[in-house]
Amino acid sequence: MTTIDAAELRRRTRELLAAHPPATTGRTDFLRARFDAGLAWVHYPAGLGGLDAPRSLQPVVDAELAAAGAPDNDPRRIGIGLGMAAPTILGFGTDEQKQRFLRPLWVGEEVWCQLFSEPGAGSDLAALGTRAVREEADGDWIVDGQKVWTSSAHVARWAILIARTDPDLPKHRGISYFICDMTDPGVEVRPLRQITGEAEFNEVFLTGVRIPDSRRLGPVGAGWKVAQTTLMNERVSIGGSRIPREGGMIGPVARTWRERPELRTHDLHQRLLTLWVEAEVARLAGERLRQQLVAGQPGPEGSGMKLAFARLNQEISGLEVELLGEEGLLYSDWTMRRPDLVDFTGRDAGYRYLRSKGNSIEGGTSEVLLNIVAERVLGLPAEPRNDKDVAWKDLSR
Amino acid sequence: MTAQTEETVAPDLLYSEAEDDLRSTVRSLLADRSDAPTVIARIESDTPYDPQLWKALGADIGAAGLLVPEKLGGQGASHREAAVVLEELGRSVAPAPYLTSAVVATETLLALGSEDGPVAELLGELAAGRKVAVLAVPFPTAPENSSAAEAVTGTLDGTVTAVADAAAADVLLVPTTDGLYAVEADAPGVTVEPLVPLDQTRPLATVTLTAATGTLLADAEAARPAVRRGLLAGAGLLASEQLGLAEWCLTETVRYTRERHQFNRPIGSFQALKHRMAQLWLEVVSARAAARNAADALASGSPDTPLAVAVAQAYCSKVAVHAAEECIQLHGGIGMTWEHPAHLYLKRAKADAIAYGTAGSHLEAIAELMELPAP
Ligand SMILES: Cc1cc2nc3c(=O)[nH]c(=O)nc-3n(C[C@H](O)[C@H](O)[C@H](O)COP(=O)(O)OP(=O)(O)OC[C@H]3O[C@@H](n4cnc5c(N)ncnc54)[C@H](O)[C@@H]3O)c2cc1C
Repeated sequence: MTTIDAAELRRRTRELLAAHPPATTGRTDFLRARFDAGLAWVHYPAGLGGLDAPRSLQPVVDAELAAAGAPDNDPRRIGIGLGMAAPTILGFGTDEQKQRFLRPLWVGEEVWCQLFSEPGAGSDLAALGTRAVREEADGDWIVDGQKVWTSSAHVARWAILIARTDPDLPKHRGISYFICDMTDPGVEVRPLRQITGEAEFNEVFLTGVRIPDSRRLGPVGAGWKVAQTTLMNERVSIGGSRIPREGGMIGPVARTWRERPELRTHDLHQRLLTLWVEAEVARLAGERLRQQLVAGQPGPEGSGMKLAFARLNQEISGLEVELLGEEGLLYSDWTMRRPDLVDFTGRDAGYRYLRSKGNSIEGGTSEVLLNIVAERVLGLPAEPRNDKDVAWKDLSR
Repeated sequence: MTAQTEETVAPDLLYSEAEDDLRSTVRSLLADRSDAPTVIARIESDTPYDPQLWKALGADIGAAGLLVPEKLGGQGASHREAAVVLEELGRSVAPAPYLTSAVVATETLLALGSEDGPVAELLGELAAGRKVAVLAVPFPTAPENSSAAEAVTGTLDGTVTAVADAAAADVLLVPTTDGLYAVEADAPGVTVEPLVPLDQTRPLATVTLTAATGTLLADAEAARPAVRRGLLAGAGLLASEQLGLAEWCLTETVRYTRERHQFNRPIGSFQALKHRMAQLWLEVVSARAAARNAADALASGSPDTPLAVAVAQAYCSKVAVHAAEECIQLHGGIGMTWEHPAHLYLKRAKADAIAYGTAGSHLEAIAELMELPAP
């Protein structure tokens, strides 16, 4: 860690703004310049978009840039790349991989997706069956298999992919981790329509896809360990910014309550107030977590926040549909679309209600997260297991 | 305050190093003087409170005077530190009149703003742990309903029901329509009749005044906001007691279920139990944020205080009761015994849920503060 402090970051940010005035610089050009100045993610190494500065100082840069009206890199659109691919590449990638992938990833020129889940392997991800076989001749890998529920596969240029490279080993040990080019022959993306009517995620069929060994991430057979980094980052994605009171899903419901007295009933009032309190407490718990991170004392609370928000989003959006009564019976649009990103707040209550059902499934189900809290945070004993020392090919499926 | 008001200063939700030090001092004292068998023996004796424990906690450690400025003989600390003491008292369900005397009565007197005279003098006695004072209002009185506290009039005649810790009090602070009086508990015309409380670690009594005399501390106009402020501090810091209580229940349950075997496995390896404990953990983590927020708001005098207190109470009461109920259930038969301390926690948690306003009355306060009115 260098001695870069808030004042120094502020100075460098102003320098960037002076050299590339947002008013006259194109969006992509500005973002590239920001990356090259080390102000993209300040805790990353110098030369890779950062300055080896404390992560807690990123808000200093963000605030300066926002005040100057600078464009941002639309983190929601590139969430998988930013939140999962990037830390994994940083942790396990070669120098060439880091140089090649991090800049366009951060700038948003290249969108990423995550080819992890399979029809037969969701929570039990390590059971996956997609095969990667190494060619004797050139050392390339030939990949065959099917992935599913892949968000953004239809807009992604790259994918993080885990595949089985040795079926004779127990399931966790025979997996390797790759970077897959979604434009390669043999990659077929089919929309998978979901509960909301749109196709936010996809099925991905991999047929004889050739991946050069230079796009393997981490050692052969160490894919499960690499994937742990990805999954950990997926679940601890609490941002560095403060959420204002009523900043989450409770906001629109509270506003409707204030503006539409004719919708109020006693039963709804009790439920609204209870959920209001829970939303406020979850906000405070998130704020406390943020303060712990800033103070350099990260607690295990992160693992719990996703659980809390999944349940709250579902209950609050459910209440909102009921509060709206006759309007709650309607839905804006069932057209099958393939959106670039999920926009919770831009759509109506019915959409929020249906989409939030995914919050307790995507990125690890709530049941699986409760297992993780129980075992890793509380230290409760693991379930007895019968798959640990059995070769993957001999497991019952 | 309007619905859109933002907090001006970010609340500090962490513990300072000094607070951590205070916590370990209080914790080791309580481990020494107030372990579970001691508490169980104590609740069966005639004197619900152990004067030695109170002296060690209130006077020797100086916990009784945390809220009182140094020039009045206190420690000049704040609600944040007092909250830490309460977390520990909740964790050990120690019988000590801390919440009632060192917080509610003390805060009420402080709110009168007198720098000398009887108020300052009494504060000095309380801060030094030499005297115990309680506000003579029913324990369930919510801050918002503090006008209901007026139980006696003019000549100090009347009855106040369910006064917490009155049995341990040297001085009763009696709100009347004339103002706030200080009445010596052993003065002529004062009877303190012990009740049989659900929570045996916090005695309740009926206070009856018959032509009793007292010292007028403040007129009605000054007394009303002071009583309100005292009850607000009580409700806000009660959340920390509930947090400590819930945390003990969770820790003990985790410990027990790791050791207890049934079906040839530790029962803590059964997912049905693991999920319940993980859920409790999430509630405790959240309760900590809410309780810290209330303590910090009280300490900094934030305009957000009434909301922060109502949120903390509406949330933490339920968490404490839930944790104590789960603790008993997951302990099985042993959780139902008198020897095992779990029952002490359930009794305290359930009584705490009624103290200084129920969750429902705090929700009503929130509805008003946030402009989310009933139909
Ligand atoms: C909106 C959305 C987007 C997604 N995007 C992606 C993506 O981009 N890339 C990707 O790879 N995947 C993605 N997923 C897949 C997601 O990660 C999986 O759906 C998830 O991990 C659960 O796996 P599963 O669907 O196979 O359910 P299963 O594992 O079959 O689970 C079914 C039920 O059993 C429960 N269960 C399973 N195992 C246990 C256990 N050990 N203990 C207790 N209960 C258990 C689960 O909690 C669940 O309730 C997405 C999913 C959704 C809903």
